[in-house]
Amino acid sequence: MLGETRLAEIAQEVLRASQADQTEVMVSSSNAHLTRFAANTIHQNVSETDVSIRVRAIIDRKTGVASGNEVTPEGIKNLVDSAQTVARFQQANPEFRSLPSPADVPTVTAYVDATAGFTPMARAEGVETILKMSRTSDLEAAGAFSTEEQELYIANSLGVGVYHRGSVASILTVIMGQDSSGYGAAASIDVNDIDAAHVGRTAVDKALSSADPQPVEPGDYTVILEEEAVADMIFFLGWMGMGALSVQEERSFMSGKFGQKITGDNITIWDDGQDPRGIPLPFDFEGVPKQKVVLIENGVAKNVVYDSFTAGREEGKASTGHSLPAPNTFGPIPINLFMAPGNATKEQMLASTERGIWVTRFHYTNIVHPVKAILTGMTRDGTYLIEDGKITRPLKNLRFTQGILEALSNAEMLGSTLKLIKDEWNSMGTCAPAAKIHNFRFTGMTG
Amino acid sequence: MREYTDRALNLAQARGATYADIRVVRRQTQDIEVKNGIVQTLSLGGTYGFGVRVVADGSWGFASSNRLEAEEIDRVTALAVAIAKASAISKAADVDLGPAEVHVATYDTPVEKDPFEVSIEEKIDVLLAADKEARAVKGITVAESTMGSQREWKTFASTEGSYIEQVLTETGVGMVVMAAAEGEMQQRSYPNSFGRHQGAAGYEFVERWDLPGSARRIAEEAVALLSAPQCPSGVKTIILDGPQLGLQIHESCGHPVELDRVFGTEAAFAGTSFLTPDKFRSFTYGSDIVNLVSDAVTPTGLGTYGFDDEGVPAQTTDIVKDGQFVGYLTSRETASQLRKIHPDAPERSNAAMRADGWNRIPIIRMNNVSLKPGEWTLDELIADTDDGIYMITNKSWSIDDRRLNFQFGTELAYEIKNGKLGRMLKNATYTGMTPKFWAGCDAICNKDHWHVWGTTNCGKGQPGQVAHTGHGAAPARFRNVQVGVMKD
Repeated sequence: MLGETRLAEIAQEVLRASQADQTEVMVSSSNAHLTRFAANTIHQNVSETDVSIRVRAIIDRKTGVASGNEVTPEGIKNLVDSAQTVARFQQANPEFRSLPSPADVPTVTAYVDATAGFTPMARAEGVETILKMSRTSDLEAAGAFSTEEQELYIANSLGVGVYHRGSVASILTVIMGQDSSGYGAAASIDVNDIDAAHVGRTAVDKALSSADPQPVEPGDYTVILEEEAVADMIFFLGWMGMGALSVQEERSFMSGKFGQKITGDNITIWDDGQDPRGIPLPFDFEGVPKQKVVLIENGVAKNVVYDSFTAGREEGKASTGHSLPAPNTFGPIPINLFMAPGNATKEQMLASTERGIWVTRFHYTNIVHPVKAILTGMTRDGTYLIEDGKITRPLKNLRFTQGILEALSNAEMLGSTLKLIKDEWNSMGTCAPAAKIHNFRFTGMTG
Repeated sequence: MREYTDRALNLAQARGATYADIRVVRRQTQDIEVKNGIVQTLSLGGTYGFGVRVVADGSWGFASSNRLEAEEIDRVTALAVAIAKASAISKAADVDLGPAEVHVATYDTPVEKDPFEVSIEEKIDVLLAADKEARAVKGITVAESTMGSQREWKTFASTEGSYIEQVLTETGVGMVVMAAAEGEMQQRSYPNSFGRHQGAAGYEFVERWDLPGSARRIAEEAVALLSAPQCPSGVKTIILDGPQLGLQIHESCGHPVELDRVFGTEAAFAGTSFLTPDKFRSFTYGSDIVNLVSDAVTPTGLGTYGFDDEGVPAQTTDIVKDGQFVGYLTSRETASQLRKIHPDAPERSNAAMRADGWNRIPIIRMNNVSLKPGEWTLDELIADTDDGIYMITNKSWSIDDRRLNFQFGTELAYEIKNGKLGRMLKNATYTGMTPKFWAGCDAICNKDHWHVWGTTNCGKGQPGQVAHTGHGAAPARFRNVQVGVMKD
């Protein structure tokens, strides 16, 4: 990590060197470490140190972007020259208004020294806690324990200059028996919140209890979805259709639905980059402060998120602080999603279910139809039949093909607590409760 | 460069490593995207750094940095060794890499026209021409075309004595158009979905695919799909076009033969495999016309290179021969592990270890996993089909963690009745179980229809890595496939 002062110096060096009408620079640095295990042994253990500089130059409404990771005077000059050169090749974009102006950005505590300083040996010891549990139960554990610190500085020629640093720790494991598997996971900005023993115990219990799974006919079932499965659905909703460009291009399930009921009354979903329960990021990749944006409120489609470009295309709109790094043609998306909890425990959901299926999490979820918000995916790592308020036997995994708005219209009960689920590919986090949903459609068995 | 690589390798050994390698990688990218008549993206990217991989106390360690400087090499190398020693607290057995691989060589991707030498104006003109053609069709809401080039300079050195320098070049081009009306949205892509089709080649690859010449056709198809009937459900005969079959091969053959998945090392993320070692050379994967090979040598294949990231030379391996499962994609370590179960398995890796840049550890990745061509022309195949669905270009994909159950959707489909193409159909999907599906393969089109399709978005590993893979395929017919799972 280079620190705020050094990142600001690099940014200013870029801005000084640029002759463009407007210039934006994003500088980030990170230290990322990950200990990976499988077959009850550590098999990959990696560490990465990197810096990234991204320059966006605008000349006569023409935009050029260049990025690199060489923090030398020559490397920085080359980046600025490249961004300006490609901008000159561009055509003017009449819809481009301006880079954003400075605005107050609240400080969010998202960095924990203990996470940043966590050692390879400490990660290995955490992993070994899980591996011992797995070996003792004659099971096989796989998973990863990662710790990361990252910092981001965004500046532009209009005076924006914002800095944020964060840390995140994440552990997950899949523990397998001969014909069964169980899952456990935890994520937090503070590695001290990670209870490897609890994660391991959860996964071991599921692996043992899901042995000898039996098939069940596909069809419509009441399901109890644990938090990972609900977060998966919410993440895809955000990705598919809760950004302004997806609405402007009519590829969103929100298109033409604002003010209308699209889910059940008990569903409220929002994005909030300032909330420390998630993985906070107080500003977006243009340096605009992130607003809390209510996307669905009591079942009604309310808002989508904007960046400065999409806001400029609509009368009376301002960026909500949800841009992705330039350039991108996908538009803004919410990356700090929350779903409002209900007041039920998972035990209450179970007790109230005459017949249904308990789902630990989904696997390989993907979009079938974005405008209809239809997803497909499979259950994984702990799927059980519920009969008369009790889990009666483990099931072979099932494939679902389901409209997610329809599912969220059928949510009978929501969990009273939120769990942070970190995305595997980046530092995006979704906070979601468990949910009991009726008429959830399983369309096949996975063998 | 040798000064730096020797420094890392010597220090690693001095610190106790029994094996070490270092990769120094510079990656250069250029991306252009035109959307609705406007050049939305014009970006140049670069990244440079090195990664040191070691075996110490019988376990792996890896560390990387963006600063190729003497002091940083020392720090990173020492860290890699310390990490390996920490890993050793839970080891079951020492890493066994099998026979040494010692190669001093160079390799450059054959390139006719250097894509970085072609002017940006010329590239933009191609994309704008395609964009104009597509948006001339009434009803198109989004037209997005892209062109991209990537070049990597890779230096690999190991304590076994290898020193390999490679220059790998890729070029890609593609377009997607969308039409929307009354709550329905349909899309068409060309030449392939996922943004663009890409190959290990120069700018000649772009010229071959003539984006402007196909833009209007796909735009008209997208608009026509809005009012097309829903693809009916039922157990049917289907014909898959090359791009869709390429993805089918990728998901249901390429991934399950990755030997790291088989041994469980991807279990927590990507998953495992139904092709367990007991099935090696004793399992019927598909019908007897199904022949699948893995290679890193097919010209323009996106998985074509000179050496993998363990320094093993590119080669060709039979995966499925006459329907029988006969081969895995291997690394040096997993090849050794397999021989402990099957002593007659190949002694050496078949060069499938690839890393997504300097900052990632190599893992087993597909190179070009391809279905060999058959004898049919596409016209003959359609004429020979009484009742079926012809499915074109992937739109949706999902497959289970063992790579058995899959569900795919395609952008476009046509009914086949009495040997002729009939109505256009929308939202076609099909689902099945891998061995049963491939057992139903009864006809494959010939080499004139065969092409290596590039997949640029294959995700695997923790931290995540994206690989570029190739899949040779010609249209093929499959019997008794479950088509359609969606509610009307």
